[in-house]
Amino acid sequence: MHIFAPPSMGLRFVPVWRRNLLVWRKLAIPSILGNLADPLIYVLGLGYGLGSMLPEVGGVPYIAFLAAGMVCSSTMNSATFESMYSAFSRMHVQRTWDAIMNAPVDLDDVVLAELAWSASKSVLSGVAILAVVWLLGLSGSVLSLWVIALLPLIGLTFGALALAVTAMARSYDFFMYYFTLLITPMNLLCGVFFPVEQLPAAFQAIAAFLPLTHAVAIARPLLLGQIPSDAVLHALVLLAYAAAGFYAATVLFRRRLLK
Amino acid sequence: MAVLAAHNLRKFYGGAEVVAGVSFGIKAGECFGLLGPNGAGKTTTLRLCLGLTDPDGGSVELMQRPVPGEARPARARVGVVPQMDNLDPDFTVSENLLVYGRYFGLSEGAIRARIPELLDFAGLTARAKSRIQTLSGGMKRRLTLARALINDPDLLFMDEPTTGLDPQARHLIWERLKQLLAGGKTIVLTTHFMEEAERLCARLAIMDRGRFITEGSPRELILRHIEPHVIEVHGDGVTEWADREAGGLATRLEKSGDTVFCYAADPAPLFASLSGRQELRYLHRPANLEDVFLKLTGRELRD
Repeated sequence: MHIFAPPSMGLRFVPVWRRNLLVWRKLAIPSILGNLADPLIYVLGLGYGLGSMLPEVGGVPYIAFLAAGMVCSSTMNSATFESMYSAFSRMHVQRTWDAIMNAPVDLDDVVLAELAWSASKSVLSGVAILAVVWLLGLSGSVLSLWVIALLPLIGLTFGALALAVTAMARSYDFFMYYFTLLITPMNLLCGVFFPVEQLPAAFQAIAAFLPLTHAVAIARPLLLGQIPSDAVLHALVLLAYAAAGFYAATVLFRRRLLK
Repeated sequence: MAVLAAHNLRKFYGGAEVVAGVSFGIKAGECFGLLGPNGAGKTTTLRLCLGLTDPDGGSVELMQRPVPGEARPARARVGVVPQMDNLDPDFTVSENLLVYGRYFGLSEGAIRARIPELLDFAGLTARAKSRIQTLSGGMKRRLTLARALINDPDLLFMDEPTTGLDPQARHLIWERLKQLLAGGKTIVLTTHFMEEAERLCARLAIMDRGRFITEGSPRELILRHIEPHVIEVHGDGVTEWADREAGGLATRLEKSGDTVFCYAADPAPLFASLSGRQELRYLHRPANLEDVFLKLTGRELRD
């Protein structure tokens, strides 16, 4: 097989996806609570604490503004963690991938399964935050239900990008570069905590290229009861990142494991 | 009928030829052993046969299918026991079998029906619900063997199946492998335990530096490459004795540390010489596969 061949797509990824689901089911409650705690602390701490000192942000109370950002950011974080630390454990530490590839399942199927799984898991964390946002009365619009349809796209985008990083990682330490150079800047530049328009023009230009900006640009209006403008365009940007990340991950994993 | 055939296989890693033109055929029902020091190319040869890496030259047919082109359907009829333990640490013993069976596209019912039989074969019935971390090394290896049998394969690849096991655990694995052979399975195993190869393999090849350097049954290899008698001599003055007397009496001498190995067709002259040397102690034994292996691959350490 040529290393640059397009990824082979088929349903053979399903049993591998189910394997990860079975592991997750054993630890489901602590996993959901763990995924929920961090964004919740931000929403409540910054939302009520910082929000009480602020006038309305973007025409709404700060906590409602922040909630939309946190739904996207925590979905991104969940997909990123799963595609990096957990996938690396399965590939490199536990050698689970080696065992799977001795069966009639190819590396391409395993990579697709990892992507599908990290997207699935991130949707679960996204929905959990969304539920809290609804419970706290921070979003009452029916339009906010559309965010549930956006979450898989966010999960696929950041899951695929992180898989490409995992394919190059020699140890867990490598992941720090990705967090420091991409995830943290995205959390600060892409409109999670404050509107992108507050940034100097140069940073706004950078933000326009970052995928998280486009996720927030769809999710926030929906949560605040508005129809997002250019939703299709934003979704296409996310899709492009997902496709590019997935292709890069597949090629890099082939180079690493099939040589 | 050949279940596996390799023709002139080649594989390079960073300029070094790790597999340098290897050809062999494996018939259904036989146990074929691949012997060789560390780094000889055994594991790479197995990976090439399974289609897990593309060859730089040559071809493979596994279960009558070209590999790597049709490696996936070919692997559906094959079981693999890898050198390194890669059981799923998050699962119990039976969950490991269940999840692995799904990779073969087997139905949930078919897998669940097969699990008790496999647990019995592996002697793990009482441990069905145990977590992997609580198993001994021997139990883990038996479970890995059971896992490789989940699809009832025709051909089993075993990469150093008993490395790191204690003698009891090793004998149990050998017994199970003989049972599988008696049941008609084909086994390809790599090992550097000569005893394992002599016990299990009807035919074997010794591999070194990417090449097969000899091939045949254990008995044939011993007859072909080595004198029938071996006398191991050690004690004060053994080197001087070897240089002055034994050299003319044995067909071949090998020195390793403070021991001299004398290989001979007729041991009588050596015994006569040794009887006058009370300070030398010796052991007389028939030549074995290890002598062949060391003669062909040398005595220096491989890392």
